[in-house]
Amino acid sequence: MEREKTGFFGSQQSLLFAIVGIFIIYPFFVSNYYIDVAFFFGIYALLGLSLNIVLGEVGLFDLGHAGFYAIGAYTTAILNTKLGIPILVLLPVSAIAAGIFAYIVCSPIIHLRGDYLCIVTIGMGEIVRLALINNPFDLTGGPNGVYGIDFPSFGGPFVIDSSIEYYFLIWIIVVLSIIGLIRLQNSRIGRAWNCIREDEVAAGSSGIDVKSYKLLAFVIGAALAGVAGNIYASKLMAVSPESFSFWESCMLFCIVLIGGMGSIPGILIGAAFISLFPEIFRPFAMYRMLVFGLVMILMMMFRPGGVWPRKRGGPEFVSLLSRMRKKDV
Amino acid sequence: MQVVFEQIINGLTIGSFYALIALGYSMVYGVLKLINFAHGDFFTLGSYLGYTLLVFGSAFITTHFGLWGGMVAAMLMAAMCLAFIGVLVERAAYRPIYPAGRLPAVVSALGASIVLQNAIMVIWGPRYQAYPAKLIPNIHLNIWGINITVLQIVILVLSFVLMGILYYIIQKTVFGAAIRATALDKDTASLMGINFNKVIFFIFTLGPALGAMTGVMVGMYYRQISFTMGWNYGLKAFTATILGGIGNLPGAMFGGLILGVLEMLGAAYISAAWKDVFVFMILILVLIFRPNGLFGEKIAEKV
Repeated sequence: MEREKTGFFGSQQSLLFAIVGIFIIYPFFVSNYYIDVAFFFGIYALLGLSLNIVLGEVGLFDLGHAGFYAIGAYTTAILNTKLGIPILVLLPVSAIAAGIFAYIVCSPIIHLRGDYLCIVTIGMGEIVRLALINNPFDLTGGPNGVYGIDFPSFGGPFVIDSSIEYYFLIWIIVVLSIIGLIRLQNSRIGRAWNCIREDEVAAGSSGIDVKSYKLLAFVIGAALAGVAGNIYASKLMAVSPESFSFWESCMLFCIVLIGGMGSIPGILIGAAFISLFPEIFRPFAMYRMLVFGLVMILMMMFRPGGVWPRKRGGPEFVSLLSRMRKKDV
Repeated sequence: MQVVFEQIINGLTIGSFYALIALGYSMVYGVLKLINFAHGDFFTLGSYLGYTLLVFGSAFITTHFGLWGGMVAAMLMAAMCLAFIGVLVERAAYRPIYPAGRLPAVVSALGASIVLQNAIMVIWGPRYQAYPAKLIPNIHLNIWGINITVLQIVILVLSFVLMGILYYIIQKTVFGAAIRATALDKDTASLMGINFNKVIFFIFTLGPALGAMTGVMVGMYYRQISFTMGWNYGLKAFTATILGGIGNLPGAMFGGLILGVLEMLGAAYISAAWKDVFVFMILILVLIFRPNGLFGEKIAEKV
């Protein structure tokens, strides 16, 4: 599999190192505001990656992904404020809660196709949001949400409470997720997912359990969104329902499509576009979103497959990683 | 018992709004297989244009047309403007993207929606706008103990007339036959001499025009409009489209009416705060048991 090649791969490897280097030194040179901007870029990158599993890898139209994000954030918020469980313990708990929620909600609807699945996920996302607003059992705090969430703490003086620490926390999680997702893409599961995306009937007839694999994609995607929700909740110290609106789901959908379905570098670019664009164009004030919409249309005109579409046979990052591993040995 | 009837009438009124918007979604979906996210904003824009026409033409309207005439005039003007804008948006945002497939078009539609919504915000400002109260007929009737306003009756009649006209166009005219044929099979329809571009032109004038008229009616009914209301109505109308069976026009009409009645009954008998949850629950239940909507035909999976 691994081919020894220098030149192109070599230059790409140095590009990767350069990008990682910039990410590491970036927060030491800018103000807290720009560190926070980069933090939210990280959150959107994680959410984009989580939706990419469902939409990019399996091709399931999920326009209610903010619902899973909300479940993760509110699980953290409620358990932390009511029971005082530490945030870092709640990180896996939120992921599991979002995953279980996805399993329960998606099991009965997994047989729906295309746009019908799309509207049901929209409905699911809206139900979650409306339920949070309506404050069931006095848990979610209604439209005001839950506030007073702790900082993540490793015990003793090691508390994550500044912008720069949050920045590194989110990006470490993003990098770990990327490594995990690349391994998943190349596994039996990833191939089965892509096969379902290309042709569901053919996949079924070659022995792939289509329903289980689709469900698995939803569960893993939701769990990752739950992780993002956990960090988001502790960063903002408060969660409220309007952070998880249909609009948010639409933006996540755009991250995946603007970046390129199933392409991990593409998702990062898409997340950068969605999260950084409104910041960069702040001087335009009220015309900002007007420009944003126009750019979305133009991007789809000139790059309909996304900015960095995934090439068949796996993204370049894979060969890059395998090469790096080989060098280490 | 009176409450039930009142709620049903309120539900039918709202349902007819949903139905009229849903028709626009359904026509576009039938022909292009595209969820036109901008449609909700066509509706909002229509509502704002109607508002402006009523405000600036109020003296002229009251002297020359009377209240009802003014309402109809505002609706027609808004509809004409939106027919033009609809075609414009289709040319600019959708047409260059058709060859790339369905998903890029969804992003483009979202982009168009953002552009329209923010254009409305820039032009009319981010605050709520109130329809001029003196131009809205406000007569209450009491029929067998049921409270109803004349405006509601007019809206209901007008909506049903509009739906009837659209149904007639789609089912009985040559234009309609062309639309239905294109929805069934675009390539074969083109081979039979149907001009695909004309069909698209037609649905992108008709759909936004209907949406604009609905916008004016919603402005009259609720008295106030905001630039974000297109999302909410669009979402409900899209739900109605799916409930009825996507691409099926009578289905979209019934879907809208059913949705409106369910919403109002849910608000009265379950809880006003949970009514939308109730609506979406019903939608999900319907789709679990009838995956192609209430009136959708079972389509064999193509291999």
